[in-house]
Amino acid sequence: MTEPLLSIEGLKTHFFGYDGLVRAVDGVDLEVNPGEVLGLVGESGCGKTVTALSVMRLVDAPGRIVGGTIRFDRRDLLSLSASEMAQVRGAEIAMIFQQPKVSLNPVMRVGRQIAEQFIRRRGMDEAAAWKEAIGLLAAVGIPAPEAKARAYPHELSGGQAQRVMIAIALSLKPKLLIADEPTTALDVTVQAQVLALLRERCKALGTSLILVTHDLGVVAQVADRVAVMYAGQVVEQAPVERLFEAPEHPYTRGLLGSIPVLGALKPRLVEIPGNVPTLDGVSVGCRFAARCGERLRVGSRCETEAPPVIARGPGLQVRCWLADPAAADKERALA
Amino acid sequence: MSAYIARRLMLAAPVVVGILLVTFLIQALIPADAVNTMFQGQLSDDDAAEAIKVMRAKYNLDRSWFEQFLIYSANILQGDLGESIRTRQPVIDEIGYRYLNTIQLTLASLVIGAVVGVLTGIVAAYKKDSWLDVTAMTIGLFGISMPAFFFGLVLIFVFAVWLQWLPVIVQGWQSLILPALTLGLIEAAPVSRIARSSMIEVLSREYIRAARAKGMSEATVIFHHALPNALLGVVTILGLQVGNLLGGAFIIEVIFGWRGMGELAVKAIQWRDFTITQAIILMGAGTYVLVNLAVDILYTWLDPRIDYSAT
Ligand SMILES: Nc1ncnc2c1ncn2[C@@H]1O[C@H](COP(=O)(O)OP(=O)(O)OP(=O)(O)O)[C@@H](O)[C@H]1O
Ligand SMILES: [Mg+2]
Repeated sequence: MTEPLLSIEGLKTHFFGYDGLVRAVDGVDLEVNPGEVLGLVGESGCGKTVTALSVMRLVDAPGRIVGGTIRFDRRDLLSLSASEMAQVRGAEIAMIFQQPKVSLNPVMRVGRQIAEQFIRRRGMDEAAAWKEAIGLLAAVGIPAPEAKARAYPHELSGGQAQRVMIAIALSLKPKLLIADEPTTALDVTVQAQVLALLRERCKALGTSLILVTHDLGVVAQVADRVAVMYAGQVVEQAPVERLFEAPEHPYTRGLLGSIPVLGALKPRLVEIPGNVPTLDGVSVGCRFAARCGERLRVGSRCETEAPPVIARGPGLQVRCWLADPAAADKERALA
Repeated sequence: MSAYIARRLMLAAPVVVGILLVTFLIQALIPADAVNTMFQGQLSDDDAAEAIKVMRAKYNLDRSWFEQFLIYSANILQGDLGESIRTRQPVIDEIGYRYLNTIQLTLASLVIGAVVGVLTGIVAAYKKDSWLDVTAMTIGLFGISMPAFFFGLVLIFVFAVWLQWLPVIVQGWQSLILPALTLGLIEAAPVSRIARSSMIEVLSREYIRAARAKGMSEATVIFHHALPNALLGVVTILGLQVGNLLGGAFIIEVIFGWRGMGELAVKAIQWRDFTITQAIILMGAGTYVLVNLAVDILYTWLDPRIDYSAT
């Protein structure tokens, strides 16, 4: 088995705000293999963006990574110096954001924002870099790339802006691209096109992709593996077919609705009754326990003891007592 | 773009007429008649009365106000500022080099104010809430509250009397140092506050995070990605401050004996030389209009989002 490109263990990123501590990311374990597409799903506020920013080491104050390790391509990212980390960004791990129009510098020409990568990171001269930039604009499907290179971001549509962001992100052929809800802010009609482009470009370059999304339909279409986040933790990680066919975590089952059939999915996350626990309290037991319809099957353990990550097979991990072999025995005994 | 500039120029026209009207009113409303003071004690009363009549005719003071205004405006628009009541020399001869001196002082202060203000603003914003930020902003508060003339005296005391780096009376370009520092540092205070708040705002924007995600160094992020955006706010305030700088320059010139328009203005008022006074106000106001025009044009160049064709 190949070594994972990215492996996150026990990552904790907390916010030390004026109104107290927020444990936005509280023990995330995640793996991305070379060339694969990992879908990262979960309800709003569960910590997907903070996880992504932690990998980039771009969490703004008052947030701070307080624990865990992030290994990328045989290096420990958290022990790199600030300038070493800056070298990794863009060249080895790139990221694109939810709001493409405001992620481009409003006073800089679009072509310049791409060419800059070649000039500053690869020492190319202006003319050669500009030519590369135009080539990339064509590759991401921007019509009349020479003219558009001279345009400013406000002259682009949202879809075009995200295409430009993709061109920038992939300009230095990174090993990993993190796309944080890249199509959420776009018109429905262009969402599919941008997604297809993203997948096609990543495949062409052999770049691994972490696709953060709310949309389970998108995950089913694009992802090789899926990680489901809940309240600052990954509760289940599984190959995509496996996740849709036999979700192990009660939360995942809840997300998929009652009868998960591939191809006949509910496109969006379904509502699960109850509220996500606030991320500022100290929690005992499973974070999902209060909303979990299946906790009785395991008894009171769910409320008193936090479940560990339990490996259930290759690339398949669940954070639930139900997956504990001992629990299965107990269930059999009860039956 | 050129259509935009043309339209801006047309908008400036009524302002110019206003300025002409105001400077003309100075001459029309001034209670002390310069022609009277001109001959005081020099001729017998009868001769004086005759001479005054001739002089009045010469300066068109015997015509209606409206006629006088038209003549006055026509002359000025042809570049004729008249001649000094006192010396009978063309006003332009006296005011020309003085104007250049004042512009020199103002520009030097503007450069000092912009560079010092923007740099301290950037540092304060980048190290927000650190002791550097607090110190810079506290000094800035003093800068904003301190009158220019007082600060000028402080600088004379520190550099000329105490440290003795510069003689009190200096010649040549060195004489520009202290007055330009005085005005420039005073100017740096408001610029620094604006630069700081613009910079803080810009640094929190998505495109700055995106620039970091591209792997740009911190220096590139600040000077290449954030600063051009933050400067939009600074340029506006700089343009407005030029009026302040001109006014401040007038006072500073008197303190430092800098032979500029301000120093001349004080003398002209003492001499009741209204043609010179008029010319000074006219050129000051005209400069202000031009600077604002320049700022508007600079702004459209700095910010590509501004649409020149919009009305
Ligand atoms: N600057 C901050 N200060 C305090 N808390 C923060 C800050 N940024 C994020 N958080 C908290 O971290 C938690 C996770 O936020 P995050 O943005 O990662 O969620 P998300 O899963 O990306 O949600 P969405 O789907 O809405 O984008 C949230 O509860 C949020 O309140
Ligand atoms: Mg998010």
